[in-house]
Amino acid sequence: MAQLVATRLWNSRWLLAAGVVAVLIAFAFAGISAYVLIPALLLLLVAAMLPAAGLRQSAESAAAIEAIGLQRLSGEYLAAAVADPLIIFDRSATIVHANAAAFAAFGGIAPGLSLPLKFRAPEMQTLLDSVLSGTIASDVVDYTEKLPVERAYRVSASSVGHGTDLYVLVFKDQSEARRIDRMRADFIANASHELRTPLASIAGFIETLRGPARNDPAAREQFLQIMQNQTGRMARLIDDLLSLSRLEMKPYLKPGTEVDLRQTVDSVIDSLAPLARENNVTIERDFATGPLNVPGDRDELFQVFENLLENACKYGQSGGRVLVSIARGDDGSEPGIDVTIRDFGPGIPEEHIPRITERFYRIDVETSRTQKGTGLGLSIVKHILTRHNARLTIWSEVGKGAAFSVHLPTH
Amino acid sequence: MQSVHIMSAFDEELKYLSKRIAAMGGHAERMVEQAVAALVNADPGLAEKVIRDDAVLDEGQREIDDKAIIIIAKRQPMATDLREIVGAIRISADLERVGDLGKNVAKRVVAVTDGRQPTSLFRGLEALANLALTQLKEVLDVYASRSVDKIGFVRDRDDQIDAMYTSLFRELLTYMMEDPRNITPCTHLLFCAKNIERIGDHATNIAETIYYIVTGDQMPAERPKGDKTDKISVSATPPAK
Repeated sequence: MAQLVATRLWNSRWLLAAGVVAVLIAFAFAGISAYVLIPALLLLLVAAMLPAAGLRQSAESAAAIEAIGLQRLSGEYLAAAVADPLIIFDRSATIVHANAAAFAAFGGIAPGLSLPLKFRAPEMQTLLDSVLSGTIASDVVDYTEKLPVERAYRVSASSVGHGTDLYVLVFKDQSEARRIDRMRADFIANASHELRTPLASIAGFIETLRGPARNDPAAREQFLQIMQNQTGRMARLIDDLLSLSRLEMKPYLKPGTEVDLRQTVDSVIDSLAPLARENNVTIERDFATGPLNVPGDRDELFQVFENLLENACKYGQSGGRVLVSIARGDDGSEPGIDVTIRDFGPGIPEEHIPRITERFYRIDVETSRTQKGTGLGLSIVKHILTRHNARLTIWSEVGKGAAFSVHLPTH
Repeated sequence: MQSVHIMSAFDEELKYLSKRIAAMGGHAERMVEQAVAALVNADPGLAEKVIRDDAVLDEGQREIDDKAIIIIAKRQPMATDLREIVGAIRISADLERVGDLGKNVAKRVVAVTDGRQPTSLFRGLEALANLALTQLKEVLDVYASRSVDKIGFVRDRDDQIDAMYTSLFRELLTYMMEDPRNITPCTHLLFCAKNIERIGDHATNIAETIYYIVTGDQMPAERPKGDKTDKISVSATPPAK
């Protein structure tokens, strides 16, 4: 501000000099009086307020720079620089350009694809119709996708510039906020239901310990042991629920990171060696040669194989061995790597197979309890694999064991 | 890939047809989703809305039928164009059925949620609905992208849906045997499960139609494999606890 006033004063220096000279003349001839001082001050003020010619010049040159810069800017680069999914389309609602974020979020959108065919939700249809028909220049709607993972967007559509016949859709991801709310509700619903059983049993034992078993050291020791097991179970359950909720919080993976499956699976086997020894199970490896890398998140994939291998050691204990194999699976529709964990235990009855990835679905409540299962392990596995665009195939025959095969796409 | 016609109005008409199909698809997906949500969350208000929304699909189907007949009469289309139009008629009929099935699920909400039901009853149904809806979504995505080479997933998923339905059927029968008071809600849930399984079948039909539109051939026939509920019986003694 001070600089602005200074510039203005400098630009009006001749006017000011004239004013000062006038004041000096008046002073010389008549001595200073209020009649002279006030006009002089007014002159100074007017000079300061006069819009500056120099300023106008600099504004013009700035506009020129901007024009040169914008001419060089391609719309494609601008779209790529936007972090939110952005789709540019023409009057017939055909996609002209989609940025990388849009590809990552929606997949399978190529230039030439018709937008209303891809975004079929009624609210998206009305949004596109109203913007394309020109009744409104821009509009915003909330759009949610349920499958394969739940995502919520605030979508704004508007026309680009004047007479370009191009339009733009920008998706602002609101999933996080939405999910935090849901997570709370789900967590409470799941947790309260599943935590009640161990809690009821602990409460029962406390009552017994204070009453009938007050003076019975043998029973006391036994009851305390049971109570400890129950609290351990509650702790595991809370851990699993939390990690499931955390997974649900971030719907899709950050692209660009690669995971070495050989190294990951090796370290899973090492970390579960004590459990395998305890259960008298030997773990055998059958890895393909060559690099075995897939895009993904190492920690999450580690958890997948850990859960699967842990299940194999626990529930396939009677088979005495577990076979972990990694092979290139290029036969299907998309190239990828198959990691298979095969046990030789009792197997899973056919009617349970489609459902065992559901939360808290247990084939046999008793076995699950004794093996310290929470009923969430496979649910977590499925969640992580969905995020990796991977497939879980379960094969089992009663009496012959079970095989859990994970197909991870390589591209 | 669509070729360009000398009369661009014809292109416009074909485009309009596929746009209407997509809009119907979006409506059908939304209806099924909301019907299942209404069931799981015991929300009769949402169920009411689903029942009302069915009219939109009926209207859509009538419009597509009319438009398609007019186009055939006016343009006398051949080859791909004719398949496109006949395909639109068939897909819209399938989508209209999907809407009806969703509506039927919504209608049962009040009866099922009358008493307090354990959540485990609904969990299986929700998983089944997710499978069927994924099927429908992916099939309609193929309709948009026309990449029929990837359509093999449809058969796999159909098998999954059938297996899930069979398992759910068995589970519901078990609940009924445990406690006669479960019979009312479980019977309704059985119908809901059947409806959702049918939605998966309609999605498969649509996939076959799309394959036909794009390639001109019928999708290669595979061994028939349906659900196995026709063979399920649960022994009269309640399962040992």
